[in-house]
Amino acid sequence: MKGVADADHAGRSDYEERLQAFVGRELNARTPGPDPVNQPMIRHWTAAMGDANPVYTDTEAAHATGRPGVVAPASMIQAWTMRGYGASAVSASAPGRRGFDELLELLDAGGYTSVVATDSEFEFVRELVVGDHVAVCEVVESISAEKRTGLGTGRFVTTLKTYSDQDGETVATQRWRTLRFRPPEPEPEPEPEPEPARVPESRSLRPRPAVNRDNAFWFEGAREHRLLVQRCAACSVLRHPPGPCCPECGSLAWDTVEASGRAQVYSFVVNHHPRHPAFEFPHLIAVVALEEGTRLIAGLTGVAIEDVAIGMPLILDWLDADPDLSLPVFRPAATETN
Amino acid sequence: MTTHPLSGVAAVAGIGATEFSKFSGRSELQLACEAVLAALADAGVKPSDVDGLVTFTADTNSEIHIARNTGMGELTFFSRIGYGGGAACATVQQAAMAVATGAAGVVVCYRAFNERSGERYGLGQADRPMDTSADRAAYAWMTPFGLNTPAQWVAMFARRYMHEYGATTEDFGRVAVVDRAHAANNPAAYFHKRPITLADHQSSRWIAEPLRLLDCCQETDGGQALVVVSAERARDLPHPPAVIRGAAQGLGADQHMMTSYYRPTITGIPEMGLTGRQLYRQSGLTPAEIDAAILYDHFTPLVLPQLEELGFCGRGEAKDFIADGHLELGGSLPLNTHGGQLGEAYLHGMNGIAEGVRLVRGTSVNQPANVGHVLVTAGTGVPTSGLVLGADR
Repeated sequence: MKGVADADHAGRSDYEERLQAFVGRELNARTPGPDPVNQPMIRHWTAAMGDANPVYTDTEAAHATGRPGVVAPASMIQAWTMRGYGASAVSASAPGRRGFDELLELLDAGGYTSVVATDSEFEFVRELVVGDHVAVCEVVESISAEKRTGLGTGRFVTTLKTYSDQDGETVATQRWRTLRFRPPEPEPEPEPEPEPARVPESRSLRPRPAVNRDNAFWFEGAREHRLLVQRCAACSVLRHPPGPCCPECGSLAWDTVEASGRAQVYSFVVNHHPRHPAFEFPHLIAVVALEEGTRLIAGLTGVAIEDVAIGMPLILDWLDADPDLSLPVFRPAATETN
Repeated sequence: MTTHPLSGVAAVAGIGATEFSKFSGRSELQLACEAVLAALADAGVKPSDVDGLVTFTADTNSEIHIARNTGMGELTFFSRIGYGGGAACATVQQAAMAVATGAAGVVVCYRAFNERSGERYGLGQADRPMDTSADRAAYAWMTPFGLNTPAQWVAMFARRYMHEYGATTEDFGRVAVVDRAHAANNPAAYFHKRPITLADHQSSRWIAEPLRLLDCCQETDGGQALVVVSAERARDLPHPPAVIRGAAQGLGADQHMMTSYYRPTITGIPEMGLTGRQLYRQSGLTPAEIDAAILYDHFTPLVLPQLEELGFCGRGEAKDFIADGHLELGGSLPLNTHGGQLGEAYLHGMNGIAEGVRLVRGTSVNQPANVGHVLVTAGTGVPTSGLVLGADR
């Protein structure tokens, strides 16, 4: 850390550099499995797999193949070091962070929040016999540059798990590759056709308005498809957004008038990013100037984006966004052609 | 100079920052402590000398945490300013007022956040929790309709400005090109050595039309701090003082947060005009006597009306003023010589104040010759603030 006043200001931290610093690093220190290699677990495994080879369960049959005794199926190697659910849960909340947790955190921060296993290559050094006690450690071998895949953009993270016996001798290795990826954004929606306002189906609800004593009347009016404008009961000045007090005369008394629905585009925006799931994109939204003189933010409908212009005459329509939320929208007013 | 009670009384004597990144890997409090300690070291004063702190209401690092972690003792002044980036220059104003009145002698202004790896402002307000406060209720006029993010709010002003003054997105793009050219020379900038062309700007994707990606500032993890003391005391400290000639806040009539769409016209920034008039009155200066400017640039379009509100050009003339090269190095008003928030980092305007100090010291990486006075602004679209920093002569 240095002051920016110093000429040799510390370089900016670089995500790629932080990520690559994990290469060669131990993610999980050597951890022995909970139980030594044993006949009951072998029996359950082979029964579940439907593997009837007697060398796994019958000492004599094993002797007949030149083995010193019953052996464990090679592909059981991971089973000897698997922790139960309880152990995983304890470790996740235990103090003292593993490299594995740190790497996941960094990947998450990079947006790589999803994971899929892509492949696993084993090399077996020797067969395990009953009484062997297997331990495993895991080291990062490589983290790829960002790749585009069918699932999304991501990085292949390859680790090497080394399985060793009670004497520390390697009995197997496993090259384990996962794709840590960013779930893709939904496909851009096609340009909306001019069409009547409608309720989008199977979308998230629109953000809820924060309704309080000062603005509830407006949203209640909207549910009845009445566009209300607050009016000072003393000096009759209209105001929007509403508030409890008239800025012109200070009166706290107010009522409302219902807008005619005739308006003009005062300004407008076409939203592209970020894409909130409640809306279709590109999303057209305007500040409209009501005939009565106040302005409000509202959606536009029934008009192609390229046809929107400031000053365009509008007429009020209503969007019943969901059972609890109705909002004014505006569509182009029919032009008079005489 | 002038006899305004605030002008020339206090000075920025120290600046300090963390690196600017997209992933700091440490807590916001640690960033704040690092920045504060760096600024104190730069000023040549000890943490135990500090008796005042000022930050943003938006900052998560309360004074108590800063004070006890950095080894400050007792504080006699602590204050916070609201309205997001509009607070930046007002932190220095608060500090200067505290020094001028004797409320405190050494005041640190700070801002630190993990704004990229933590809570990203750019994602907008749509999914923030609602309550019944007036501040929250104000969002009821935006978020249900889908106008949720700072870029979208600014785009509404930008479209109207284009309509009334004939500006184009290229006119906005020229601001980004200047910022990025200056950032390219700045080793502390995120976009060091990565200038852009106007063509790059024009081909960048839409975020909220008429705003493109390259009209939008970065999102940054980092911290920035500033040390304010009396001008007299600053003269005995290691760096030439950046004397606070003017320091002002402004909240305009019918002000809203980022959406003051209900005023008679929305092509100006009245609160910036209000701030600017105070700055000129306090400092006794005119726009022509300002040698460089750090104008808040969360989004390029609002740089244009700032130039107009601050009197550097007439209404609607900013596009021509910019196209004529005034904002470039060697121009009449070099802009954002650190690269701005588009090029260096988005530190809610605080990094811009630090650059103002460097310009007065003569140590900017893009130092123009003979900088006597620098004008610095805080956030636009919100109640805001500004500073005039000057050399001690």
